[in-house]
Amino acid sequence: MDASIAPAEGAVPRWRRLALVRLLRDPTGAVGTLFVAAILVLAVFAPLLTPYAPEDIDVRNRLAPPSAEHWMGTDQLGRDVFTRLVYGTRIALAVALPAVLAGAVVGMLLGLVAGYVGGWVETGLIWLFDVVRSFPALLFAIAIIALTGPSLFMVVFIMALTRFPSYGRLIRAQTLKIREEEYVAASKALGCSAPRVMLRHILPNAVAPLFIQAAMDVPVVITFEAGLSFLGLGVPPPTPSWGSILREGYTYVRATPWMILFGSGFLVIATLGFTFFAEGLRDLFDVRIRGEGSN
Amino acid sequence: MIVYTVRRLMTAALTVIGAVTLLFVIIRLIPGDPAVVMLGPRASDSMIASMRARMMLDEPVLVQLGAFLGNVLRGDLGRDVLNELPVLTLVLDVLPFTIVLAFGSILLAVLIGVPLGALAAAYRNSWWDRATAFVSVAFITVPPFVAGLLLLLVFAVELRWLPVSGGGTRGDVLNQLRHLILPVSALALTWVGYIARLIRSSVLEEITKDHVRTARSKGLAPGRVLFKHVLRGALIPTIAVLGVGFGNLLGGAVLIEIIFNRPGLGFLILNAIESRNYPVVQGGLVVAVFLYTLANVIADLSYGFVDPRIREA
Repeated sequence: MDASIAPAEGAVPRWRRLALVRLLRDPTGAVGTLFVAAILVLAVFAPLLTPYAPEDIDVRNRLAPPSAEHWMGTDQLGRDVFTRLVYGTRIALAVALPAVLAGAVVGMLLGLVAGYVGGWVETGLIWLFDVVRSFPALLFAIAIIALTGPSLFMVVFIMALTRFPSYGRLIRAQTLKIREEEYVAASKALGCSAPRVMLRHILPNAVAPLFIQAAMDVPVVITFEAGLSFLGLGVPPPTPSWGSILREGYTYVRATPWMILFGSGFLVIATLGFTFFAEGLRDLFDVRIRGEGSN
Repeated sequence: MIVYTVRRLMTAALTVIGAVTLLFVIIRLIPGDPAVVMLGPRASDSMIASMRARMMLDEPVLVQLGAFLGNVLRGDLGRDVLNELPVLTLVLDVLPFTIVLAFGSILLAVLIGVPLGALAAAYRNSWWDRATAFVSVAFITVPPFVAGLLLLLVFAVELRWLPVSGGGTRGDVLNQLRHLILPVSALALTWVGYIARLIRSSVLEEITKDHVRTARSKGLAPGRVLFKHVLRGALIPTIAVLGVGFGNLLGGAVLIEIIFNRPGLGFLILNAIESRNYPVVQGGLVVAVFLYTLANVIADLSYGFVDPRIREA
């Protein structure tokens, strides 16, 4: 094999390495990647980063200010706020990643069908997308959780339910464009079934913007979960969700400002990180499209 | 324009009916008996049975849906379980607070965001442009309820410049305005960011157009060209985004109303959940969906009004 086209050292292909390098060279992308990486490290290594467990109660040390022992102070039960916030990253990701994935997959399939089949199926699906988008998502979530009771699963389910239309619309628009390409006509002429044309020929070429939309949605879902937990309708206690920590901070706001300050800090770093990361990805993607167009 | 308006109103009506249907079906499909939820765990079987009968829960779902839609169309959103007052009255009682909050936020966001974005575009790549870009992103990524908590902490609890909670004394406008400052600012922040970014990019696009070059070549002052000729075109995408944004604003308003203990639609619905007052929850949501769709229609129509190409399409 010619050395110039062999993959660079390690198993990482050259193009992927370049994409990451380019993402890191853009200031927005770099900050985003850094923050996202930090969040992932916190989530994975939570037990190694703090000597306490998130549910450890120390009643003698309630609502303590930050100190060498408790970096971000303690809450109304004497639990270490830093520990709870670090473990909170796990909850944020445990909600955001499955919700975005489920929303993206459902939206993708429906969008594909809408764009490919057309006719009344398309009209009906677009109507469905518009109807779901016309729900104020938070109020809708509140109504459902009021009946079922709060749980991690419900938060994920509702988020997936309210996010799928944006993916559906995106993939439909892509499909409409790709449907007219010659290779699609060719695969049809060769006798490929409709599902095969959609999944093997259209989808791989339509899916790129979906990743950017998904990255953009992660902070939306994280914020949403925090909002629900703040209302006491998210992940039930004593699980340390950022929203429930903010709620406790709000309840004891006159006694200590630290919970609100540090809780907001974690939440904002996560949303800022994922937003910058997504914007970096989008810029990268746009450049690639321009590059391809000029060839 | 009339045809366009009628067509848009009809799609909106269909969307509302669809949304209300979907809401109803989902609520009926998910596990959990509304009668049990309302009466609490200690309710006797006969109490549950009579509540189920009153709420028509034993009828087929389609019959329930038909009755519910019929009632909604007549403006009957059911009655409060506790005091038997019509839900519509309860909602209309608090709705002005939410509407003032939402419109106040949009107004503030436009007043700050439009000049910010326009100046950023006019002085492209200057320090002002970069500062605006940074501030916009910061504002967009801070969730409104977090902004609300921080504003409450700083200006109400620590500095004590502004009231901590409530909607203000009825009839005392000045007092009510003081109570509005923090909630409106918290809700507006995100939109200042969005609008500034949007206006910047649409101004940059608009600036290259022929009619702007003509205005410049007539010798008009740069400020006049920017604010009269460029901004008019640049505002169109902003109007559309504001329509969509209104719905998100309603969602954000729930949390803001809770944080500042302000009467409003969100506060009403959440309290109704705590007291298991399901008709109020359901009715409040129907009004929220209606408002959201209405905002979108108004945005679309004003879009058509500003840009004749759209209504003739």
